[in-house]
Amino acid sequence: MSDPRLDVRKTYKLLINGAFPRSESGRSYKVNAHDGEFLANVAQGSRKDVRDAVVAARGVQAKWWALSAYNRGQVIYRLAEMAESRRDELSSHVAAAEGISVLEAAASVARAIDRIVWYAGWTDKIAQVYGGANPVAGPFFNFSLPNPSGVVAVVASQESSLEGFIDAALAPIVAGNTVVALASERRPTPAVLVGEMTATSDFPAGVLNIITGVTDELAPVLAGHEDVDGIDLSGVGVEQASDLNVLAAGSIKRVYRPRAHDADPARRLRAFIETSTVWHTIGQ
Amino acid sequence: MGGEELSNSRLGSLSYDPAPESSAIARLRPSYGLFIDGQFTDPSSHDQFVSLNPANEEVLATVAQSNREDVDRAVASARRAYETGWSRTSGAERSKYLFRIARLIQERSRELAVVETLDNGKPIRESRDVDVPLSAAHFFYYAGWADKLDYAGFGPDPRPIGVAGQIIPWNFPLLMAAWKLAPALAAGNTCVLKPAETTSLSALLLAEILQQAELPPGVVNIITGDGSSGAALVDHPGVDKIAFTGSTEVGRLIQQRVAPSQKRLTLELGGKGANIVFEDAPLDEMVEGIIDGIFFNQGHVCCAGSRLLVQESVADEVLRRVVRRMEQLRVGDPMDKNTDVGAINSSAQLARIQELSAFGESEGATRYTSNCALPDKGYWFAPTVFANVSQSHRIAREEIFGPVLSVLTFRTPEEAVVKANNSNYGLACGVWSEKGSRTLWVAERLRAGVIWANTYNKFDPTSPFGGVRESGFGREGGRHGLEAYLDV
Repeated sequence: MSDPRLDVRKTYKLLINGAFPRSESGRSYKVNAHDGEFLANVAQGSRKDVRDAVVAARGVQAKWWALSAYNRGQVIYRLAEMAESRRDELSSHVAAAEGISVLEAAASVARAIDRIVWYAGWTDKIAQVYGGANPVAGPFFNFSLPNPSGVVAVVASQESSLEGFIDAALAPIVAGNTVVALASERRPTPAVLVGEMTATSDFPAGVLNIITGVTDELAPVLAGHEDVDGIDLSGVGVEQASDLNVLAAGSIKRVYRPRAHDADPARRLRAFIETSTVWHTIGQ
Repeated sequence: MGGEELSNSRLGSLSYDPAPESSAIARLRPSYGLFIDGQFTDPSSHDQFVSLNPANEEVLATVAQSNREDVDRAVASARRAYETGWSRTSGAERSKYLFRIARLIQERSRELAVVETLDNGKPIRESRDVDVPLSAAHFFYYAGWADKLDYAGFGPDPRPIGVAGQIIPWNFPLLMAAWKLAPALAAGNTCVLKPAETTSLSALLLAEILQQAELPPGVVNIITGDGSSGAALVDHPGVDKIAFTGSTEVGRLIQQRVAPSQKRLTLELGGKGANIVFEDAPLDEMVEGIIDGIFFNQGHVCCAGSRLLVQESVADEVLRRVVRRMEQLRVGDPMDKNTDVGAINSSAQLARIQELSAFGESEGATRYTSNCALPDKGYWFAPTVFANVSQSHRIAREEIFGPVLSVLTFRTPEEAVVKANNSNYGLACGVWSEKGSRTLWVAERLRAGVIWANTYNKFDPTSPFGGVRESGFGREGGRHGLEAYLDV
């Protein structure tokens, strides 16, 4: 039996600088569910969209980092609160995108939300865990502080539409960076939902920008962009990754590539931190 | 400039209209039971004692006096909760409980602030802007540790200790409860908390919050009562760890009592903080810092900057400015949003402050006391500064725990360090100078757990707090604060 009421369908847009535009190119591409059924026409981001997103991320990075770590933690925790109340919606999208049962999808969503909570608690721990005083031999007070790299590009997992996206997109943000993330090309809608949630989570505009589209077209734009400080290549294969690595070398970007056995889930946090060491004299 | 001269001046005649906060926001019950196993016990099943508003001596509510059996039940409940679940609850789940508690404190912040001010006597401005937000922040911070203990530097998979007995003082009732509970729960312990006799109410409100957070029964138990309840908790064989904040006198007794047992112990005790002022210090900020250092919370602060050490060349100028600023403090109704200094928490504490201040005069120090008008009812002590204090005076050696500042002088940095360290205590010190290298040179030599440079009385959940020597041992706050509740 079909529902007598016709449902209202959503347009899936980009997230750039806190706004939800269609691609400036006017393009969209067809996204199917895992079973081949039509799901949506999703905005197909362009080079220009990516560049606009980098401008937005750069523009707000200093402001994001200037907030207290406590404040940044609360913003990220707020995202978990928003995601919790839209759990069912996320689950149905993850199930459709990944071809898993709704039950398995719900478990994946639960893990993703707990991961947001895990990240929320990191903002004011990073300095104590990865920074500290250095006992130099001399009359100096010497201490090292972890600072963010700046603007980080994320090519999110192609398979793990929500968990993989959350993992990669939030880690740099937690460390004080701002992010331009490419969602999974074939499974983009859970990431789009996360973007919508940031709009009600006190995220300053531009801290997280999300581009949907064709990875092969857009990832090189990010990897070669002179104003991007680091790139997470989780969502590209080995061959493509080495090409992107070469592009990234052009501006000495920090590159994160997942390893077969990533023992430490905090490796992503460490990937986009710059240790800054201060020497201060001691004397009367 | 004397107080009289000032009150006759235009500055002294400035007055504010009253801006009272509403006490109805507190929604207090007439009487409270104990919080054991997730439920409040029937108040009529206990002896009750009154909790007074120290600003007007009116009864706010009656509170249960817990006896040995009650303590037994609370410890048994904590043990049960520890063994049957909490110690095996994942860090991620514990984290989410603590985040809930942090959020609930934020949601009910105004109510908590009003209760705190009514029960404690501290200005509403302070409970609203300091005690309550810092309490929420403390839970928020340790919520984030619960699922990251592997990163805390105490080895892989550090385990909790067990049942923690926690005894807290009356000067920051809610905040001290947060300082005790948050790290203990994050690490996976269960707790029996005993608030101070004169300030139980915000802890009981916190118990309601724990119910709203659906914290499993027994994970936190709150038993009210006098020193005998605390002693029963300290002596209880079912308790694995004692955490105490309070006087050095009581801390010493507790250390002696747990000595024969295997109980872990952390103590946060008294202090006689030296606030050291060099001649190049930024004058205006320094005067504010000195005033805040001693008159914040009526001086009921273990880390209060109660000994001012001023370099001789600027001593007269600093004293003149400090006394003038003291005259401008608004003393009175704690519920008035413009009040700077509120009521002394109890008649017993007032008597102690009066006694030590009398010694200050009889031992030859010069007394300056604010000319502020004091209310007729309640417990009040006008802000006071003693000049010409020498190191042997009682007011330079003993913790007064009230709005009384002792001023001493020094000539060289070495002398400042020697005088600052000439104390059995070692909780906190302040250093005021524009020269960073000298500040660090002094800081290196001060025997104190916390040193503030060009500021005073700053607290943050990420920053470890605690003393050396007779100010106690163990740290609260920061990564270091976890150690007190881990079996490491």
